Amino acid sequence: MAERNRPTRRELLTRSGSALAVLGASALVARRFYDQGGWQSRASNGRREVRDFRGQVGPGPSDFAVAHAEPETGSPTQLVQRAMAALGGMQRFISRGDRVVIKPNIGWDRTAIQAANTNPELVAAVVTMVKEAGASDVIVTDASCNDPARCFQRSGIWTRAHRAGARVVLPADHRFRTMRLRGEILDEWPVYRTLVEADKVINLPVAKHHNLAKYTAAMKNWYGVLGGRRNRLHQSIDVSVADLATFMRPTLTIVDAVRVLLRNGPQGGNVDDTRRMDTVIATTDQVAADAFGCTLIGQRPENLPYLRMAQERGIGTADWRTLRPREHAMYRDGREATHDLAIPAHMAPADAAFMLAQSLLDAPQVVLA
Amino acid sequence: MSASLPRPIPWLGSIGPVNPLDETITDAPSAAPPRAKSAGPKRGDDRGGVASPAPAGRTKAPALAAAMVADGAAESAASAPAKTPTNSKPAAPSFLQRMKTKFFAKKKIPGSGIPPRKIIAWLRNGRRLSQAGFFALFMFLLVRTEFRGGFSGGATIRMPYPVEGFLLADPFVSLMTLLSTHTVYRSLWWSVGLVALTLLFGRVFCGWICPFGTLHHFFAWLVPNPKGATTGGRRVEANKTRPYQNIKYYLLLVFLVMAACGSAIGGLFDPICIAVRSIGLGVLPFFNYVTGRGLDTVSSGNLRILQQATDSTRDVLVATVLQPRQYFFHQTWVIGALLFVVILANRWIPRFWCRALCPLGATLGVIAKHAVFGMEKDHSKCTDCNLCIVHCQGADSPQGGVKWRQDECHMCMNCEVSCPEDVIKFRFMPNRQSARTAPQLDRRKTLVSALAGVCALPVLRTSDTLDANYYDRLIRPPGSVAERDFLERCIRCAECMKVCPNNALHPTFLEAGIEGLWTPILIPRIGYCEPTCVLCGQVCPTGAIQKITEEQKLGNRQRNVPHISIGTAFYDQGRCLPWSMATPCIVCEEFCPTSPKAIWVEELDVPGREGRTVHVQRPHVDPKLCIGCGACEKVCPVQDRPAVYVTSVGESRSRTNVILLETENYNRS
Repeated sequence: MAERNRPTRRELLTRSGSALAVLGASALVARRFYDQGGWQSRASNGRREVRDFRGQVGPGPSDFAVAHAEPETGSPTQLVQRAMAALGGMQRFISRGDRVVIKPNIGWDRTAIQAANTNPELVAAVVTMVKEAGASDVIVTDASCNDPARCFQRSGIWTRAHRAGARVVLPADHRFRTMRLRGEILDEWPVYRTLVEADKVINLPVAKHHNLAKYTAAMKNWYGVLGGRRNRLHQSIDVSVADLATFMRPTLTIVDAVRVLLRNGPQGGNVDDTRRMDTVIATTDQVAADAFGCTLIGQRPENLPYLRMAQERGIGTADWRTLRPREHAMYRDGREATHDLAIPAHMAPADAAFMLAQSLLDAPQVVLA
Repeated sequence: MSASLPRPIPWLGSIGPVNPLDETITDAPSAAPPRAKSAGPKRGDDRGGVASPAPAGRTKAPALAAAMVADGAAESAASAPAKTPTNSKPAAPSFLQRMKTKFFAKKKIPGSGIPPRKIIAWLRNGRRLSQAGFFALFMFLLVRTEFRGGFSGGATIRMPYPVEGFLLADPFVSLMTLLSTHTVYRSLWWSVGLVALTLLFGRVFCGWICPFGTLHHFFAWLVPNPKGATTGGRRVEANKTRPYQNIKYYLLLVFLVMAACGSAIGGLFDPICIAVRSIGLGVLPFFNYVTGRGLDTVSSGNLRILQQATDSTRDVLVATVLQPRQYFFHQTWVIGALLFVVILANRWIPRFWCRALCPLGATLGVIAKHAVFGMEKDHSKCTDCNLCIVHCQGADSPQGGVKWRQDECHMCMNCEVSCPEDVIKFRFMPNRQSARTAPQLDRRKTLVSALAGVCALPVLRTSDTLDANYYDRLIRPPGSVAERDFLERCIRCAECMKVCPNNALHPTFLEAGIEGLWTPILIPRIGYCEPTCVLCGQVCPTGAIQKITEEQKLGNRQRNVPHISIGTAFYDQGRCLPWSMATPCIVCEEFCPTSPKAIWVEELDVPGREGRTVHVQRPHVDPKLCIGCGACEKVCPVQDRPAVYVTSVGESRSRTNVILLETENYNRS
């Protein structure tokens, strides 16, 4: 009888031990990488994502300032300086050592005079002020609609911002990362990281006509936060603007209304469609900025559904009267005056703003002064 | 010393019997005879090659040559037991020692050991430097064939330097377009400089300058056939002048005749065009992709430090060599595969492309006939060691006993440097007795080539109608001339595709007919034509795309300048959201760049489902204003087949491809 070569006890134990080890390892791998799958996992839920850059802003004389000048009397630099002075200076918002991102509108391959992008001189002025306030790193960037290099260069912003000492960053594929915004219609989108990875963010839009949204400035400027195919957003433009404004809460909003595109927005292309208004709005409330600014192109806040939505969500208020509004006026004879933006009690804020805007459009002199 | 070397060998005509060889040489390879015998059958045509006269009665001299070559070849091929005793060394040298001997040890010069002239050794090093420098310049210009912008730039955007410079200096391109258009377009006169250079020094362009040639030179060195190595008999065989080298002259003839008949299709074979096309559209995007995905993978680990590292790496790369976004090009796989094939051919025949196919090399070869600088040989001193052939780039018969082929020589100077016997001398006004200056073409093949050139174009053009357009979406870049003139000029160099900021231009496959292979087509779905951009015209070396200004492109109403249109947009109303789905959209209108906008909207309330009324803006195109840029098509949210699309109709360059009656000058070509 041939003796069967049976494994020793030791061998038996090692062999069954290694079998168990393989089984355990595969179970661990399966557990670690287990994908439940299914469609539900992609649905939007949970709290809305918010990037709040408002920080610890101290009290100031005002939270809403309008600076405007009679034709040929105030440069964009002077206007923004006056407006910021009325808010209590840039030091109120920027702390020493801050990494500050400035987001102008550099969406289109247009020159400065066509007023489709933020005024380059204004951008440079804001960069200078932010640097003077002690920021360690000032970045100017946007995710453009046209070829970015072309938009940045031809708008003049690249040159002016660089000379003022800012770091001008152009969008590139790798600077976008998919995030879940958990908005009403905006959920998973590629987000421009350069814009959201900062201590302070200054929104620096230009006031423009927009054929679909009717008016574009502060809140719609956040389209530049998104990458990917933004074109679908237009099917529900008001909700997406509100979603973006919910996501991005800037430290400060400065609206450029030095030259305003009144027709053929948002791209324009013809100087005849623009009008010089020599106005700059600076505020902590992006909703108020748009509620006031839309009157410059003859719109009324009631016609902009995104303002209502934003107000309902508590992003800000369309009633800029509650923000202790201040006004700075520069006259042709060299006089300057700062005072509360007082409006007659019987007048609705929209009507008052409208009246102001109309006066800018129709007559060269400043009323309400 | 040289007096004791082999006695004169008559270098031409009937070669008489060769005297017994020098004792010093016959003695030297004592172990050679048996090996030489084993290499037997190959030995007979050792001196072969087309230009070589029949080696009648020359039995001994080739035998010696073969012995010497076989000596080198057999050294590596010898069987192990034969090798070990001779190579027995005390110990394997350390890595450092090996590197030292490889790079720093003075190599022993074989044969009589006459070192090359100092000036020639310097010239060879100069040539290497020149090759590296010009290749670097080419790559720099190619990488810079794109608009990056900068803080010092103004509102007018042009390339800061002639990035298409290599093409401008290309006499083959000039000659083709001269024959097809009877003009020399703008800076193409640079090529006169290259003609002058060739008249002075022969084909120095091929050996010293051509970036594509340098690429082949490099790969022939990097990946030689391992069986023949770089010094063996196979390399000698591969480097001999062969009849296949005449193919390039026949090809040149075909292309020039075709050019005279009206097509610059020869650009498909121009080496600079190939280099720009395959490297610019294939190799660079490939590296962009690999780097991008590689760094993506690293940074997807969600480790903060890794992410920061990859981010800063990319910032640097994107600011220097990489592009901020991934570019894609149609046809790249074919273009890349062809590059791979011609580079791989170097494994068997060094610089196969340059020797066999290159029409630019053929052009220069014809011109080189009149070169004042050239080679002179002292055949009497040649010991048939074949070292010159081993290092020969052009397969131009540098060895003694045959005539040097001036039209094939790349002027690389390797032969004179490697010659141990003072046979080869490069000098001005050389004695032409030992040189053949013009290609040896077969009259019948020449005739057939010319005939093929004459027939090719009618064959291609009668298979489809040129003016009615092959394909409704054949949108040419802005500033392109009418299709016939376009084909007379377009050399398929792909400069326009490389420079396009929106990745809108791609090489065609059959969209423009077989004749139009790899000519540019604008595919708006991938990228639209940037309205203020005129770079494609700026880099076009032949004027297929004219050098237009922004004003000419966009038009100027005040100054009565008509705009340039490359097509017209149309709506597919069944797919358009406001038209058929009661959904607001008009991204197309937002992006329409003209002022006033070519897309206008009709405001209306349309019935939605369940009695709802929806206010929508329905877009319409005004064909008088549409410039066909395709921005609308690019941004249409109907992803797969957009609801608005551009076709070529209404393009300014064509007088026939029109929609509207010409009541305005927008349609003038």
